[in-house]
Amino acid sequence: MIETRELCKHYGGLRAVDGISFKVEPGEVLGFLGPNGAGKSTTMKMIAGFLTPTSGTATVCGFDVQADPIAAKRLMGYLPEGAPSYGEMSVAGFLEFIADVRGLGEERRRRIDDAVGRLNLAGVMAQTIDTLSKGFRRRVGLAQAILHDPKVLVLDEPTDGLDPNQKHEVRALIQAMSRDKTIIVSTHILEEVHAVCSRAIIIAGGKVLADDTPQALEARSRYFQAVSLSSANPKEAQELLARISDVSAVEIDPQDGRVTAFPRKGRAIFDAVTQALKQANFQFSEIALEQGRLDEVFRQITRPAGAPVAKKKEAA
Amino acid sequence: MSTPGKNLTRVLMQRELKSYFATPVAYVFIVIFLVLAGAFTFYLGGFYQRGQADLQPFFNFHPWLYLFLIPAIAMRLWAEERKSGSIELLLTLPVTMWQAVLGKFLAAWAFVGIALALTFPIWITVNYLGDPDNGAIVAGYFGSFLMAGAFLSVGSCLSALTRNQVVAFILTVVICFALLLAGWPLVLDMFRGLGFPQVVIDAIAGLSFITHFSAISKGVIDLRDLLYFAAMIGFWLYASAVVIDLKKAD
Repeated sequence: MIETRELCKHYGGLRAVDGISFKVEPGEVLGFLGPNGAGKSTTMKMIAGFLTPTSGTATVCGFDVQADPIAAKRLMGYLPEGAPSYGEMSVAGFLEFIADVRGLGEERRRRIDDAVGRLNLAGVMAQTIDTLSKGFRRRVGLAQAILHDPKVLVLDEPTDGLDPNQKHEVRALIQAMSRDKTIIVSTHILEEVHAVCSRAIIIAGGKVLADDTPQALEARSRYFQAVSLSSANPKEAQELLARISDVSAVEIDPQDGRVTAFPRKGRAIFDAVTQALKQANFQFSEIALEQGRLDEVFRQITRPAGAPVAKKKEAA
Repeated sequence: MSTPGKNLTRVLMQRELKSYFATPVAYVFIVIFLVLAGAFTFYLGGFYQRGQADLQPFFNFHPWLYLFLIPAIAMRLWAEERKSGSIELLLTLPVTMWQAVLGKFLAAWAFVGIALALTFPIWITVNYLGDPDNGAIVAGYFGSFLMAGAFLSVGSCLSALTRNQVVAFILTVVICFALLLAGWPLVLDMFRGLGFPQVVIDAIAGLSFITHFSAISKGVIDLRDLLYFAAMIGFWLYASAVVIDLKKAD
């Protein structure tokens, strides 16, 4: 379990993290989303016990990270941003070092083999880490984090720099481990949230702006339950669909001419739309029920409407 | 708290020490150290001309040898960790700050110890040529090793200040140079000329590496000299821990 209460980190006047509170239970995979500089990494560094919070607390399985750091760190596997390691060491030497620091003792061999197997590192064990590709280095960092089979995993951008196949493998790995662990993953790849997270927190400017399941976040999108179609006659389609009572707006994409009908909040319009099209005997090549768009919700939440820069100029 | 397995400070120390030998740096250092130690002893020190069977000319140059060679070893201690980001990995492992500072310091110290031990041919030479006081020579080695530890602890602290190894090197050389010179009449006269009271001047003289080292290297092991080096090392390592804690966020 991971819990943070009013976690703050200020650098001079800059509030990098400004009162972040959340709780993650075993079995949950929490996705940490936010634009660059939102405070994701800073929050994770405080949970991992690397940075000292300006105020607030973080606890890992009941151990306060500041008051009882060693107990908290024992229960935690942490992949720092950029997956740093000791470049001059071989992969085998590095993992053995981590195993010794973790005090694995007799389990050492078995745990190393397990982590190496899960991350497909067997072929590079004798290579020095400096000579590895970015993807392999990231996997060495992950192997290091899961080596002691920790109850809590904090992974800062675990799939950054991996190719699509490796991304898929790492996501599968995170899901496989999620059953009995508490996991926090930071990412700026939104599709990843769908693939691995049971819950997502969006932060920007050091504050939590949204905390929900990926599905519920998607439902906030105006595309959620919208209906789109392509036809040779978009103008006519727009007029036709706009007459349906539950449709709030109909837009035509200026690029590909695709027509999208947006529902009023909380309404389903797919049946009404297909009915209307049938009655008017309207010709269309293809029709689709839209899912919510996470990237749109993300932009909506992290970039509030209005142009504050222009307003400031006016005031001056 | 009980930890299964090995002592953590030792695990960290072993990793660090191995990493010295993973690159050519260690071998380059050892060769340069041995060549310079020999050159100083035989040419500048007049080892043969003196006609005395002791290692004074050898030990006399150690402070100056260390002045440039030890900062080269110490500069990477923390600056490298900061630059590569591995400091974040190290300090989020279940190790205390002290174990980390001490482990890395002991590795560097052991490494200098190895280099120092490899000067043994000079000890054989002096025994072959004459009948030296081997007790004094052992004391000299011991004092030299202690002084190396003091240099290293200064370097450890200054290396923690920056992620740039060159800056760490220069800062360490400057501070160590000041600590060496503190006992010299030239420096003491300057402070006297500035009107400092005798107590302050004695205190400055007492801070000097050379004052304490030269006593030990002559075979006189005084508890005060040992305490001095222990206090120096303790102080600078403590300062290292404080600096790392303050600056790890940058």
